[in-house]
Amino acid sequence: MSLLRRVAEQERKSVSFWLDGKPLSARAGDSVLTAVLTQADQLRRTEFSGTPRAGFCLIGCCQDCWMRSEDGVAVRACTTEIAEGMRLLSGMVPAVAGDTA
Amino acid sequence: MNAIVPTSPNIVIIGAGPAGVRAAQTLVEAGLHPIVIDENRRAGGQIYRQPPPGFVRSKKELYGFEAAKAEALHSSFDQLRPAIDYRPDTLVWNCMPGHPGQLDLLHAQRHAEQPYSHLILCTGALDRIMPFPGWTLPGVYTLGAAQVALKAQGCVLDGRVVIAGSGPLLYLLAYQYVKAGADVVAVLDTARFGGKLRALPALLRQSVTFAKGLYFMGWLRAKGIPLIDGVEQIAADGKHTIQSLRWTRGGKTTEIACDALATGFGLRSETQLAELAGCRFVFNELNQQWLPQRDDAGRSSVPGVYLAGDGSGIAGADAAELSGRAAALALLQDLGLPANAAAKAAAEQESRRLAQTLRSNLQFRQGLETAFPTAVHWARDCADDLVICRCEEIPAGELRRSVQQEGTVEINRLKAMTRVGMGRCQGRMCGAAAAEILAHATGVSVAEAGRLRVQAPVKPIPVSAALAAEEQT
Repeated sequence: MSLLRRVAEQERKSVSFWLDGKPLSARAGDSVLTAVLTQADQLRRTEFSGTPRAGFCLIGCCQDCWMRSEDGVAVRACTTEIAEGMRLLSGMVPAVAGDTA
Repeated sequence: MNAIVPTSPNIVIIGAGPAGVRAAQTLVEAGLHPIVIDENRRAGGQIYRQPPPGFVRSKKELYGFEAAKAEALHSSFDQLRPAIDYRPDTLVWNCMPGHPGQLDLLHAQRHAEQPYSHLILCTGALDRIMPFPGWTLPGVYTLGAAQVALKAQGCVLDGRVVIAGSGPLLYLLAYQYVKAGADVVAVLDTARFGGKLRALPALLRQSVTFAKGLYFMGWLRAKGIPLIDGVEQIAADGKHTIQSLRWTRGGKTTEIACDALATGFGLRSETQLAELAGCRFVFNELNQQWLPQRDDAGRSSVPGVYLAGDGSGIAGADAAELSGRAAALALLQDLGLPANAAAKAAAEQESRRLAQTLRSNLQFRQGLETAFPTAVHWARDCADDLVICRCEEIPAGELRRSVQQEGTVEINRLKAMTRVGMGRCQGRMCGAAAAEILAHATGVSVAEAGRLRVQAPVKPIPVSAALAAEEQT
């Protein structure tokens, strides 16, 4: 399931990245948010209730799209461009043993 | 041109949207070389946002009716580039007033400092948000978000899209979405079409803008898109993502299946940096928001700090271009420029003309507010379990409990007691609703409930950058 659908600008170079351990591809110039939400339906889970979130404002204000990379770096998905080989976590599957995703 | 400035001023413009670009242009024309700092990667602001390099849609496709204005602004900026110190992709996360004042910057994860003698704040606006049941579900976005996805990324919200809220962006977005091939199943307006007629005299002052709105509505109707007015109490439902939206209208509840929702209730100024710069704030009834005080030309209460564009009161992109120029002219005047008497008289005359145009624009804004009143009263009556703060997931009931049990009557006290407005977004999303709930629970006006104070960093920064800033001070 996806939350975004491409309707224009389809002729761009492909970029490979990983989401929750799965290899996926995006387009050069995609934000991390676009790269993920054109093929998934969440970016993170909240620290409190653990409910899924998928961003809200897309202009760097609401801070509701912070993802994690596999090495623990926080990435604001709406303002970060996707890059070759990024390894992102959406909270969809447990990141480490004991996680309650 | 090329006036000699006695001491070289360190002029920093924050924001490269319509206001910032025109302010920079005005200063460059006077022979100055301002620093222009922008959080975006490319100039244009939100309204004339440019997609990343390599995207191919024409300006006409991207900006529709506004293509010529977007083109003019972008090309003006391109011409300015050699004369300015442009810092794109740079967050200003702190501002410390002084002589000189200092800005803390973050670029590419690294901290930097920038002294300033003069500041022109062109910080823009974002959607005014009202919480409603289900507003945190994946698939629910702001109107601005839905528009940015299309403009900057060539994407639309997937599946059946409902567009709900108020303000001119509602119908514009619906039009852009349908044109782009999105499946828009309904446009829900929280205002009544009758209100728009009452506002007619004021709206007719800017008949072109008004005509565009009517055009979008007519176009959408012709395409068979249901346009429903007088909508209240929207609520989204869904298990993992949004699956349906219901609303009431005239006491009757309706529900529609959908996969996405774009929602917003007009715009709200981004004022955090003005606050840190020490500007005096006043509660603005028209905007229903605390705004930095400014004179006709854009001077704030702090000498050397100027305000332009939607960041100090919503007036739209055309007005932002004018107010950017007006603020820069005021700054030049305060520097004693232009020195030549004839040029000085001409600049003063232009300033007066700009002020007059901006005042008449304000009357149009008053018309818009009548046509698209803000649904702030929703928050008053919301259920106790409604999450008001997205960041820290604080429900309305907790705010009301603080009023009842701890006697909280002031918004910053409420923040300290409940953490509302303390999360990562610094109250940008929840601030208006929290103030409304507090005001209603204590029986005072929103203005009397006080102003939610901000703290640096105005947006999250990496710990390493904060430590670097600490070391340098």
